[in-house]
Amino acid sequence: MRRQIPLIITFIVGSVLIISVFIPHKPFGQLGENFSVYFDIIAVFAFILGAGNLLRVHGNRIYKKHKDWPYSMVTVAGFTLMMIAGLFKIGGSPGITGDLTEPGSMFEELYMYVFTPLMATMFALLAFYVASASHRAFRAKNKEATVLLLAAFVILLGRTPFGVKLTSWLPDPLSFLEIPNLASWIMSVPNMAGQRAIMVGIALGVISMALRVILGVERTYLGADSD
Amino acid sequence: MKAFSYSFTFCCLLGLILLATTDGLAQVESSDSLLSPLLPPSEVIAEDHPGDAGGAIIVRWKLSPDEDRGVTGYEILRSTSPTGEFSSIGFAAAGSNRYIDANTEDSLTYYYKVLAIDVSKNVSESELSSPVRSSAQWFDFHLLNLLIIGGLICGAVIYFIAHAKKGKKLFLRKIAGLEAVDEAIGRATEMGRPILFIPGILDMDDVQTIAGITILGRVAKTIAQYDTKLNVPTSRSIVMSTAMETVKEAYISAGRADAYSEDFVHYVTDEQFGYVAAVDGIMVREKPATCFYIGAFFAESLIMAETGNSIGAIQIAGTAMPAQLPFFVAACDYTLIGEELFAASAYLSGEPKQLGSLKGQDVGKIIAMSAIVIGALLETFFAISGSSFFGSLAELVHKLFSIVAS
Amino acid sequence: MSFFETIANIDRRVIFLFIGFAVIIPVLLSFSCREEATPIVQSIFDKIESLPEGSKVLMSFDYGPSTVPEVQPMVDAFLRHCCEKNLKIYMMALWGTGHNLISESMEDIIEKEFPHKVYGVDYVNLGYKAGNQGLINVILTDMKKMYTTDARGTEIDAVPMMVDIRNLKSFDLILSLGGGFPGIKEWVLFGGDPGNIPMAGGATAVSAPLLYPYYPRQLLGLLGGIKGAAEYESALIKGYPKFKTYSHPAIDMMGPQTVAHIVIVFFIVIGNITFFIGRKREEGEKREGGVIK
Repeated sequence: MRRQIPLIITFIVGSVLIISVFIPHKPFGQLGENFSVYFDIIAVFAFILGAGNLLRVHGNRIYKKHKDWPYSMVTVAGFTLMMIAGLFKIGGSPGITGDLTEPGSMFEELYMYVFTPLMATMFALLAFYVASASHRAFRAKNKEATVLLLAAFVILLGRTPFGVKLTSWLPDPLSFLEIPNLASWIMSVPNMAGQRAIMVGIALGVISMALRVILGVERTYLGADSD
Repeated sequence: MKAFSYSFTFCCLLGLILLATTDGLAQVESSDSLLSPLLPPSEVIAEDHPGDAGGAIIVRWKLSPDEDRGVTGYEILRSTSPTGEFSSIGFAAAGSNRYIDANTEDSLTYYYKVLAIDVSKNVSESELSSPVRSSAQWFDFHLLNLLIIGGLICGAVIYFIAHAKKGKKLFLRKIAGLEAVDEAIGRATEMGRPILFIPGILDMDDVQTIAGITILGRVAKTIAQYDTKLNVPTSRSIVMSTAMETVKEAYISAGRADAYSEDFVHYVTDEQFGYVAAVDGIMVREKPATCFYIGAFFAESLIMAETGNSIGAIQIAGTAMPAQLPFFVAACDYTLIGEELFAASAYLSGEPKQLGSLKGQDVGKIIAMSAIVIGALLETFFAISGSSFFGSLAELVHKLFSIVAS
Repeated sequence: MSFFETIANIDRRVIFLFIGFAVIIPVLLSFSCREEATPIVQSIFDKIESLPEGSKVLMSFDYGPSTVPEVQPMVDAFLRHCCEKNLKIYMMALWGTGHNLISESMEDIIEKEFPHKVYGVDYVNLGYKAGNQGLINVILTDMKKMYTTDARGTEIDAVPMMVDIRNLKSFDLILSLGGGFPGIKEWVLFGGDPGNIPMAGGATAVSAPLLYPYYPRQLLGLLGGIKGAAEYESALIKGYPKFKTYSHPAIDMMGPQTVAHIVIVFFIVIGNITFFIGRKREEGEKREGGVIK
């Protein structure tokens, strides 16, 4: 019974939501967006579980002085500081009843001067990692890899004014060979064709996966093996 | 003589001035005489907006014949009685011949008029539309083609699931990433290092996360048998709860309930880059021997994959985010591309019913490929020959596979 | 270790160092490059140019601090263009982080550069609302069902420019800025396409390729990354030369981007050279059956 009830609920809800796409009449027309909203509400309350788990795991590591426990200390301290600054609206006016993001409030200051630069820093790591990944991955090991390598050169240079200058001397009949035009062609023809093919495959995979879940064929997510 | 020349010059100047003024006046008079009253739009038709839950009416009209002579737009007026007061409900740009009134009540009857407005703010009123009421429909006929094609594909998947025969071996091409799962887990066991599993950064309402969790369940069962340490940091609380339950059941079904620890699955943060910073920290400190990235990822994919590469881990990735696939392909040892992610669970289970659903997907691919080939050929023949026959057929194929906005 | 072996096994930290210098030095030397708008960018510029005064533009701030360097120049350019054309700007966010970014953009661009614009009449901040694509679904038919007040707490019907807004179809153009989820794709699938509303977007360079399939039918144009932002800034300066003296961070960043790309190409070439030399040596070794001296 413990496994049957979730399967029945999944089947009913899944089927009704699929049918409601085609029926605009109330209440079916609103079902999709209503369930989206219900899920968001549940996710917000579920955050309590996540926060509790975070504090338990890291609190345990600090208490038992596991390896690398100072990092857990930083995690708990950061979590607690932001929560208190946000909940009690410290530093903002008129205090606890005020706006969370009031200029000059502690939350706003932490957001602007700690959180924002940290996020930008993490994103900036990509520039370095792209270089090291490109150095390692773009090797002309075979024909396909060579084509990939050449396309990478064209795109990398085509995205810069340097690429424009490199082939700007080409006469008009050969203007399609100019790097920016080639880059544009690669992005809008073979790249788009590949992306669309992958998207068609993904859509079909989603249908298959969703049907397996709705029909109860796939039950691993419930913590049960499929029968 | 001098006096005569001065007088003559003065008269010439006066004449020129008079000529210019009268010429201007003549121009004004002549342009006035050319201007006729602004012609109104005609054939105003108002009808219930199709395929909705009520509350909307489409108003269509024939453009004013003076479109080319300075019409700047159209104002739509509405009233609940033909002789009552009309109020303005919206504007449409010049050249536009339809307006959707999305603020109607189904119980009321409405009448519409359309005003043409020109550059000089002159207005010209159309005739009254016939009375109309909005209503809700039980079926959106704009989605009929979606229902047919979706029904075909879903029907094929259900058919092959239902008719999957035990013992009958279904041909499946080898997916290198999935063949390598056992080897990757074995490697971690031999090295005595943990396995890191990242189920993506989206919530359980995303099908990629569900696919990630189902694969986690199967991988966790193998990990339980090998008695290797597992680490599953999650980005969402609901995913954490689901993953905990999945891993626990996997350990129980492997007969290793004693080896399960609640700390295997833990929540980190919802924030994308905070999450990847934590995951990178785990990788650099704990040095997992195997990393799985299975689910939905965004910009953090390359950061995780490169960090995993720097610690020498074997990396198996799978995502249905086309933008992230190139990063995983470049940085990981094995990548499950798009639909392979959704097929992975069926592949790893080896169950006939699950594998049958993959066969059903092939029906969808046949439909898609046929439509692409036929459509491309028709468009090519139309472009070369200019024949309206090919043009109409190409248009038909296009309409069959598009959803027209209602 | 020989020179060849050093290059073949180059530490990734050396690559990181080169990239660091490739970005820092052009920034210090203020090296920048001219840009010309490509059709995919020019189409957005032309659309905004064609909108009559008083047209309604909805801007959705769907990005966070991590992508501010890429997306903010696009936002600033759009705001300047819309203000210059006297269009009505409605700002909202599907991301929680978008809420603060709206306030900053209002402060830095509208209030500072267009002080004559009146809040509530020329521009309004509707703030952040949770719901992702579900929210777009709802406001497609009824905007005021979700937005009962603006971000400052004013009753929505008391905001003059919200009076004749019924739903998304009341807008003349939707601009979605950002590259993640929810973002441009959700706006196209749940807002622009079903509602037949003109839509354009500005996405990070990583997300842009995924959105090209939607151009030009569902998306009338797309700014992809810093280059797209630089192209739009150039188009704006070309159309309105007064903006030449204003900040143009995207154009400024094209210099470092150019140099960084050249450095990446250099390392790819080095990697391939060492790969081929190494392969030849291995083949030579196999043939001779000896050890390289």
